[in-house]
Amino acid sequence: MNKPIRMIALFCLALFLMLLVNVTWLQVFKAGELADSPHNQRVIADTFSRERGAIMVGRRPVAESVPADDQYKFQREYPFPRLYAHLTGRFNYFGQTQLEKTQNDLLAGQDSRLFVNRVIDLLSNKSPKGGAVQLTVNHAAQKAAFDGLSALPGDVKGAVVAIEPASGKILASVSLPTYDVNQLASHRFGEVIAAQEKLEADKSQPLINRAMGMRLPPGSVFKLVTAAAAMESEGYNADSRVPGGNSYRLPGTSGPGGLITNEGRDCGGNRVSFRQAMENSCNTTFSALAVEVGAEEMLERAERFGFNQTYLEDIPQATSVFPEGMGSAQTGQSGIGQFEVASTPLQMAMVAAGIANGGQVMKPYLVDELRTPSLAVLDKTDPEQFSQAVSASTARELTDLLVSTVDNGTARPAAIPGVKVAGKTGTAQSGVDDVPPYAWFVSFAPADNPEVAVAVMIQSADIPRGEVAGGRLGGPIAKAVMEAVISR
Amino acid sequence: MPSTNQPGALMDFVHRSRRGAELFLLVIALAVGVGAYAAVGLGVQGEVPVNIVGYGGWLALLVLAAHVALRMLAPYADPVLLPLVAALNGLGLAVIHRIDLAKGNDTGGSAQQQLIWMTLGVILFIGTLFLVRDHRLLQRFTYTSALAAVVLLLLPMVPGLGFRSSGAQIWIKIGGMTFQPGEVAKVLLVVAFAGYLVRHRDALALAGRRVLFLDLPRGRDLGPIMLIWLLSLGILAAQRDLGSALLFFGLFLVLLYVATERPGWLVVGGALFAAGATLAYFSFNHVQVRVKIWRDPMAYIDGTPDSRQLVEGLFGMAWGGLIGRGFGEGSPWRIPVVESDFIMAAIGEELGLTAVMAVLVCYGLIVERALRTALICRDGFGKLLAVGLGSVIALQTFVVIGGVTALIPLTGLTTPFISYGGSSLIANWVIIALIARVSDHARKPLPEWTPDDAEGENETTQVVRLR
Repeated sequence: MNKPIRMIALFCLALFLMLLVNVTWLQVFKAGELADSPHNQRVIADTFSRERGAIMVGRRPVAESVPADDQYKFQREYPFPRLYAHLTGRFNYFGQTQLEKTQNDLLAGQDSRLFVNRVIDLLSNKSPKGGAVQLTVNHAAQKAAFDGLSALPGDVKGAVVAIEPASGKILASVSLPTYDVNQLASHRFGEVIAAQEKLEADKSQPLINRAMGMRLPPGSVFKLVTAAAAMESEGYNADSRVPGGNSYRLPGTSGPGGLITNEGRDCGGNRVSFRQAMENSCNTTFSALAVEVGAEEMLERAERFGFNQTYLEDIPQATSVFPEGMGSAQTGQSGIGQFEVASTPLQMAMVAAGIANGGQVMKPYLVDELRTPSLAVLDKTDPEQFSQAVSASTARELTDLLVSTVDNGTARPAAIPGVKVAGKTGTAQSGVDDVPPYAWFVSFAPADNPEVAVAVMIQSADIPRGEVAGGRLGGPIAKAVMEAVISR
Repeated sequence: MPSTNQPGALMDFVHRSRRGAELFLLVIALAVGVGAYAAVGLGVQGEVPVNIVGYGGWLALLVLAAHVALRMLAPYADPVLLPLVAALNGLGLAVIHRIDLAKGNDTGGSAQQQLIWMTLGVILFIGTLFLVRDHRLLQRFTYTSALAAVVLLLLPMVPGLGFRSSGAQIWIKIGGMTFQPGEVAKVLLVVAFAGYLVRHRDALALAGRRVLFLDLPRGRDLGPIMLIWLLSLGILAAQRDLGSALLFFGLFLVLLYVATERPGWLVVGGALFAAGATLAYFSFNHVQVRVKIWRDPMAYIDGTPDSRQLVEGLFGMAWGGLIGRGFGEGSPWRIPVVESDFIMAAIGEELGLTAVMAVLVCYGLIVERALRTALICRDGFGKLLAVGLGSVIALQTFVVIGGVTALIPLTGLTTPFISYGGSSLIANWVIIALIARVSDHARKPLPEWTPDDAEGENETTQVVRLR
């Protein structure tokens, strides 16, 4: 019977070889494909239970992983959940948003720059730790912006952005209404889903980052761009006489829709000084100047400041819009920040920062440094020029006008004793009857050596329609933010 | 060395008992078992388990008892079998303990239960060696075994005694303890098949008519055993125990082929298998479900039929990769009832391909030792018994691990010596005892025949000197 036994032995050998080949194929060659399956909870849970790096503001973590007693080992915590919600975003089992998303590779420890750390962790049998992200944000400025905006009456919708003009560092970025981002980071997934659905259903849209992700008509604060264009291409300076008067009819129009007025502010006769026009935010002047400059030149100047462009790499941004191919009447309207002009608060802060920085617009950024888990610096962001929006002399002349606007004009609420402040108010018509106008305010200080440029946007608050004014509402907030940075 | 009259080199070789080698291998096997247990504690709880001494001591005591029993009762038994089994059993215990911990079951739990079963298994191992001093005694129980096997297989269908779990009605419950009689029946059937076939092998092979290429045996020769076989297959089909049905089919075919030495049986068997499988596919819904899931496991992950167990097992093995995640670093609890049929997936996840291959090679070696025993065994019954028992392990391993790794459609069977489950563990220890018994007999040196012995020259009777 030995011959059949040998055959059986060969048969058994074949069975075992099949098993060996199959497990090798499964565990080595097919492993990657199986790991990529969306059903593979192991891979998801593994990413979720890493010790993730912190997001730092100054020496404070605004997002950190702390040991947890459950299967995921680490709980993501946000020490200032409402203050930084729109910057950090959230990290939970279902995914990430904002900085948690864009910086995920480093925070999760998967970045190639952390390769050496990973090898050391593997050899010392430690689970890999993620690197830390250092933000450009100034905590005092951020808090001042948040407190100032929150202090307005009612359910405030609005945003504040502050930029360091010389570098483009974003010093503060606040958006209201905000939300408790810790709710979205819980390990009790049912609660996370419920909280997420509630926030998504909220009519005040707390999930939107109004500072960078929402564009609205800028109104009078856009006059900075118009003034810059007029000085650059029409040769005006701070002491020039510009078109004035109580009303201005847009070219080629008839009827009340084409008539620009100043709502009672004194804008002189046929000609008025540029200084007075800026101080009193004369619509007639800036509409006429925009028409004089022309649609092409206006577009060119707006784009140099950042309209129609994307420049923020660290978190998602909305593109600010300056329309192309406009006729004269539309150009006139766009000159005072109406028609289809729409800007994010970040964009207006960039305009102010560009003027403050001698016409040189710096590319704004949020991530200052990338660090290893032991906080050694891996990479530091170098400030980068975005464009030369206007010449240094134009910037100087324009600054002069804006300082006057704070000293004598509509922007007076932003004045800081002992500091030269440059500023401009704006009150933009929403274009919808039952939606109140938007209040804007941009400023920078100190005017001769700017440290900070601020844009404040108040989309709505519990304020009677007639009392909405950029200076009165936005000025004090901008002032508080500037003071926080200057007294640093 | 005196030459015997037996032809063939294998028969001329005089085996040594090699019990010392066995002891050495047992130390390594114990290191695997106890080391794995310690590694589980370190990996999951961060410290060596407090009861490591008690646990290791108990494990050592068990394998030493088995070793001493072999020294006394079967000194020439194959020295590799026991260490292989000890290593697999020890590894299985550690993995079951790890799964206990994952389920929050720190003390007691399945691992302790399994250790009790293992103790029982070793006792039965020793008892089998003690009671069955010569495997040929078992030949007397051919028909008794057959009858007992059929009765055991029928037990789960007795109302009040049997119960159904995860689709198959193969368990019985006596006083809170559950048992799978089919596991014991599988040993009895090997004895019955081997006993019957060895007695009727000449008639089966020679008498009969030739149909096509095959000499069909007479009905009265093949009939009885065919009846037993069909009966057990029928019972298993009724109980929806596909794995066991597959196992018994293969076992019978192997033994028939070895006994008759007619390869034609393999062809007939293969054809029967194809026909049976096709029939089963079209007549049983659950067979279709298994095949569908096997062909595309991902498609059914959240549906009915549910392929979650298979898919999570595949994810686990893929996650483990070459060297595994390490004890405590994987998540084998994601696989439903992982401690039973899917324990190989847990090993693959936390210990990696390396350990899976090691385990497979251990099984391969057990089968190889059984077949080698069959080759050198001097009597037909012993040959068939050893081939049968070896094939049971080979087929069972292939069916369950092939199922878990999606090589073949999944049919429920336990992984010998590793899976949680008392009946299977005990039955497998008895199988090893029987293989050891046959190998002891086969490897024992022949009594020396000395016809021209000086003292015995004038004797009228031959003197047989036993070593």
